Amino acid sequence: MSLRTPIGRARGLGSAKEGTHHWWHQRVTAVALVLLSGWFVISLIVMTGASYEEVRAWIGHPVVTGLLLLTIVFTFYHLKLGLQVVIEDYVHSEMVKLGSLMLMSGACLVVGLACGLSVLYVAFGG
Amino acid sequence: MSVHDRPLSPHLQVYRWPISMTLSILHRVTGVGLGFGTLLMAYWLIAAAAGPDWFATAQTFVGSILGRLILLGFTASLMFHFCNGIRHLFWDAGKGFELSTARASGISVFLGTIILTVATWAIAYLVRGDL
Repeated sequence: MSLRTPIGRARGLGSAKEGTHHWWHQRVTAVALVLLSGWFVISLIVMTGASYEEVRAWIGHPVVTGLLLLTIVFTFYHLKLGLQVVIEDYVHSEMVKLGSLMLMSGACLVVGLACGLSVLYVAFGG
Repeated sequence: MSVHDRPLSPHLQVYRWPISMTLSILHRVTGVGLGFGTLLMAYWLIAAAAGPDWFATAQTFVGSILGRLILLGFTASLMFHFCNGIRHLFWDAGKGFELSTARASGISVFLGTIILTVATWAIAYLVRGDL
């Protein structure tokens, strides 16, 4: 007989060991992306067939640069959080799971950074 | 309290397949797909930064049959994930759990995906002015 409550014994035993923080950040980024992805898609529709110069001028506009950077940060953070849950759900070997999580997080970081740097380069680099 | 002799839940096959199960799986599938789709977005942005030659190559690829098919898949996945994501946010706020409401919102997600995808491509072709 233990004095520990059932919730106390259950805590930390899920596949991810914790989750409120993760869950909340996924929702916050989701709400932001409802607005940002809507803006991004509408912008791309309007820019269909635009030339190299027109696209660079668009990326370099201060408001667009800012919104693009926000979109990139929220997209890749939301993606990292989502793929993390997929890996935690399906990969059961602890070592493979940790390795996959590191690889996935690293890939999200690298691709996101490449997107962000490209936008900054067009805006400031010339 | 023994953990071992509890009755097990029956297999999934005995349930009538509800629309929410299809949408739930598709939400994950489109999410992973969109993740791979960001590679195309990265390539396009890098090309815009790298110079006119790179950008011309990227535009040629995006405009090819394969490129357009990938973009169509990306658009449909994005619209689905967008609509169903909003449905999830309503659930997170504690609303829409009644079976009839969940079914209706599920059908709305499918309709919304089709309408938004078709509208996106129709307007894009109108803006472009040719095929």
